[in-house]
Amino acid sequence: MTNTWADIKNTNLAVIMGGNAAEAHPCGFKWVTEAKAHNKAKLIVVDPRFTRSAAVADLYVPIRAGTDIAWLGGLINYLLTQDKIQHEYVKAYTNASFIVKPGFGFSDGLFTGYDAQKRDYDRSSWGYEIGEDGYAKLDETLQDARCVFQLMKAHYARYTPEMVERICGSPKDKLIQAWEWIAETSAPDRAMTSMYALGWTQHSKGSQNIRTMAMVQLLLGNIGVAGGGMNALRGHSNIQGLTDLGLMSNLIPGYLTLPSEKEVSKATYLQSRGFKPLRLGQLSYWQNYPKFFVSFLKSMYGKEATADNDFGFDWLPKLDVSYDVLRTFELMHQGKINGYFCQGFNPLMAFPNKKKLINALRQLKFLVVMDPLATETASFWENHGQYNDVDPTQIQTEVFRLPTTCFAEEDGSLTNSGRWLQWHWKGADGPGESRSDIIILTDLFLRLRDMYRKQGGALPEPILGLHWPYKLVEAPSAEEIAREVNGYVVEDITDPKDASVVQLRAGQQLDGFAQLRDDGKTACGCWIYSGCFTEKGNQMARRDNADPYDSGLAPGWAWAWPVNRRILYNRASCDLNGKPWNPRHKVIEWTGKAWAGADVPDYPPATKPEAGMNPFIMNPEGVARLFTLGMMRDGPFPEHYEPFEAPVANALHPKVNANPVARVFKGDLEVFGTADDYPYVATTYRLTEHFHYWSKHCHINATLQPQQFVEIGEALAKEKGIRNGDSIKVRSNRGQIIAVAVVTKRIRPLNVDGKMIHTVGIPIHWGFTGQTKKGFGANILTPYVGDANIETPEYKAFLVDIEPAAPSV
Amino acid sequence: MSTLQSLDITRRSATTSPSPSVRESEEVAKLIDISKCIGCKACQAACYEWNDLRDEIGINVGVYDNPPDLTENTWTLMRFTELEEDGELEWLIRKDGCMHCADPGCLKACPSPGAIVQYSNGIVDFISENCIGCGYCVKGCPFNIPRISKKDQKAYKCTLCSDRVSVGLEPACAKACPTQAISFGTKKDMVEFAQTRITDLNERGYDKAGLYDPPGVDGTHVMYVLQHADRPERYADLPKDPKISPLVEAWKGVAKPVALVGLGLTALFGFLHYVSTGPNEVEETDEEQAKKAIDRPDEKREGR
Repeated sequence: MTNTWADIKNTNLAVIMGGNAAEAHPCGFKWVTEAKAHNKAKLIVVDPRFTRSAAVADLYVPIRAGTDIAWLGGLINYLLTQDKIQHEYVKAYTNASFIVKPGFGFSDGLFTGYDAQKRDYDRSSWGYEIGEDGYAKLDETLQDARCVFQLMKAHYARYTPEMVERICGSPKDKLIQAWEWIAETSAPDRAMTSMYALGWTQHSKGSQNIRTMAMVQLLLGNIGVAGGGMNALRGHSNIQGLTDLGLMSNLIPGYLTLPSEKEVSKATYLQSRGFKPLRLGQLSYWQNYPKFFVSFLKSMYGKEATADNDFGFDWLPKLDVSYDVLRTFELMHQGKINGYFCQGFNPLMAFPNKKKLINALRQLKFLVVMDPLATETASFWENHGQYNDVDPTQIQTEVFRLPTTCFAEEDGSLTNSGRWLQWHWKGADGPGESRSDIIILTDLFLRLRDMYRKQGGALPEPILGLHWPYKLVEAPSAEEIAREVNGYVVEDITDPKDASVVQLRAGQQLDGFAQLRDDGKTACGCWIYSGCFTEKGNQMARRDNADPYDSGLAPGWAWAWPVNRRILYNRASCDLNGKPWNPRHKVIEWTGKAWAGADVPDYPPATKPEAGMNPFIMNPEGVARLFTLGMMRDGPFPEHYEPFEAPVANALHPKVNANPVARVFKGDLEVFGTADDYPYVATTYRLTEHFHYWSKHCHINATLQPQQFVEIGEALAKEKGIRNGDSIKVRSNRGQIIAVAVVTKRIRPLNVDGKMIHTVGIPIHWGFTGQTKKGFGANILTPYVGDANIETPEYKAFLVDIEPAAPSV
Repeated sequence: MSTLQSLDITRRSATTSPSPSVRESEEVAKLIDISKCIGCKACQAACYEWNDLRDEIGINVGVYDNPPDLTENTWTLMRFTELEEDGELEWLIRKDGCMHCADPGCLKACPSPGAIVQYSNGIVDFISENCIGCGYCVKGCPFNIPRISKKDQKAYKCTLCSDRVSVGLEPACAKACPTQAISFGTKKDMVEFAQTRITDLNERGYDKAGLYDPPGVDGTHVMYVLQHADRPERYADLPKDPKISPLVEAWKGVAKPVALVGLGLTALFGFLHYVSTGPNEVEETDEEQAKKAIDRPDEKREGR
């Protein structure tokens, strides 16, 4: 989230698209009801299904699954043609005026630089024109045909309301009504919040779905303001913490990236991470990258990390390709991975194409599952009849189950969607032989280290040299780790003018990342978390809910990264002179001497408005990007591509139907189905009664939603002779499931380019363990293709066929 | 269960002796704002948790209502209604459960002394140890709420968390509701608060929005804010004008003297039954005797 949960109460318009907050985030959704009850806010829900969010919405607009970019591209076109943008904001705070290189272009579904062999772009033409002074050129009148504004306008001119209706199947009157309401928030004192989740990410162009709405929000001037923002509703209490701490194959903590195999030294690694300002007077805060990076290495390798050995740079893994989950299981499937640690997730249910997953897992020599529950993954080798039809005698994989404690059975912090780190205390001992993840991994590490010490081995340094400063060597505490993540002073830091004055003493906790250094005198596990555990104590454990500005920000409650800032980019909540766009919901303002207000300024506090420093201080140009340069693999402007399995051809460019750079493994391409065989659009989703594949183990949750079902509209049910409560079979080109039919008015056929398209809704929560009735994984049906940028699988739009079935046993 | 003190009881079933009146508490009410309800069932889960109840893990019968009906273990239930009118879709989600009528049909119908009581704060409670399992409360209820347990043949329903309310807490469902669709307070405050919600709904185009506090039962201590107050039946058949069955009214009003004989008989048979076979079964003779007790006033009325 750029903003924070409680800030949603300040909005004028909540748009839930690509998510279903009322069902998947009921506690957070309370802030929408607050906004409606106390701020006269409206709620728009755009979804293929009339969800429980839609049940309390002021306007519901149906949409065909997988066509969000067309819908939002149409909205961009609408805002531009109706001149409903926040002009001053767009001109000063975005790259609308920047001139793009003459080599850049787009035609017939492809941007310049496409290589069909590699299924990738040469992105070198996707950049700014740089002047002789080394800075990007711009045209403040926005008239230059090569400026971002004009290119954007031309790009989205194709997305007329008629075209959007043809692609999305959203009735035009509803579409225009929604766009009108959204356009009203271009007024400087009105804000719209975008609330989204997996409904946007789980597509072959998931990142671009989000990008498109981010562009809309920038055009409306809704980023950085109270009640605005791009608000990702994270699907797990600590999934924000997972990404923050770099638990992705290509990341290290704080969104630093692992070196590639071509980056053979710290110097070459940092060369491409210079972040030189692209305009005069810009902060370009990522210029501090070396400080974050070296401090991270110091926290990893302690005294072993020295300037002479590049602070242990050589000991970091170097990537040849990214090792996302789809690639990992592909490699496992090829027999190239033979041991797998599965900690805190359930891939057999969570990744696409279950048949392939089973075949991958059986290639393993050993599988270790660390989880509080006996998951399906831990039991993949058990025969559960039609629900898991495997022959255990043919599976040789050795499976180790290491029961872990649950979050309530240990101390620690959880990072929520709003970037709050909230400390929690152990409520009870875990059952049986369960141990915390920290203890299990410590045990594993100590044994490995012992083996390296006694037997030696390849590259022993990162193991033997790992900094291990904990009081109880075999049991590091959550507090000790939190202190390490915050960062501390390694060596006394003296005043540069007078070496006898010690400014920071060795061993002292850092106040924040502004104190980090690239000379090895500071250590910090995750720079964005620096400030969470200072000399003043554990900031995450704060529980002061005072809200002096009535802003919903409650600055004394827990601690938010970065530096306890609750609304990112909040300098943009003020005009060029530092006056809030919306005086009723001030976030910060220029007081004449400093930036101050309800939130921690996202800006150097003493920099005067007239200094010309732009508000988006992380970017080298200081402004937000409507045109993303080469950051996204699939284009600097989002473009509508059909899902890999789509019921119709791409109306904009039939030759380039689906995302041209999304990765498809050999063998997976062959199992995509076509609309001739599988005429219905399927989408998978969660229900409010369950949490993923966990809560089916709880009696009460199991009572509330006991049995797998599939939702179909009345028209399709009639056509197929299916009655409410009947058993139906759903087939894709990868497999089939049987479930109870819920025949509903809430899923209606959509008129897509003259063709009536039916949607089949598939909730995901059932499996072959737990207290609910046994069910089939919805991932039996889903295709093995991921988003072009971050490889999130395409669970939200694929093709199926249905037929009546005999009830499953 | 009896969780408030006897001092708080203003009415007992099948009892004519006056109730204690030295202490009178303020009337309370639960307000359920359907326009804020997202059907998450947190209230339902909280009800199971607080009351230590567990229902069977059933099956899906083609709807989101799970279990499909109220039971002796499910005292509150989300009922989902899909409506389509002029192409506009609505999914109305109503939290069903005891309405805690000011004039409770269950209490009036109950032949067992003190099996159903009403407290001065308005809560209607079943005192399980006095229940003889005759099922008349089910017939007396205009909202079809009480359910007879197959395990002990006693009637069960929502207590409005009288145990929590007695120590100054809100009912568990209200506590758990994430969107504050359920509010709890004095009836007066809740009626006032409802007006602010109705104004908001009017402004959003629901010109028939209103409060459901039906006069046919002298009002209720569980009230709804409805988007379509003119058509409550849209909400999973919420009765438009609920009234206590005339049979029950007659039994309490016109035929009181005869009824008392019936009461005596019922109590006697209940007692005999208890000492002979224990508390957990109801024999046919009990049913018959109890039936006689309620049938007689009807005969008398017909004879008039």
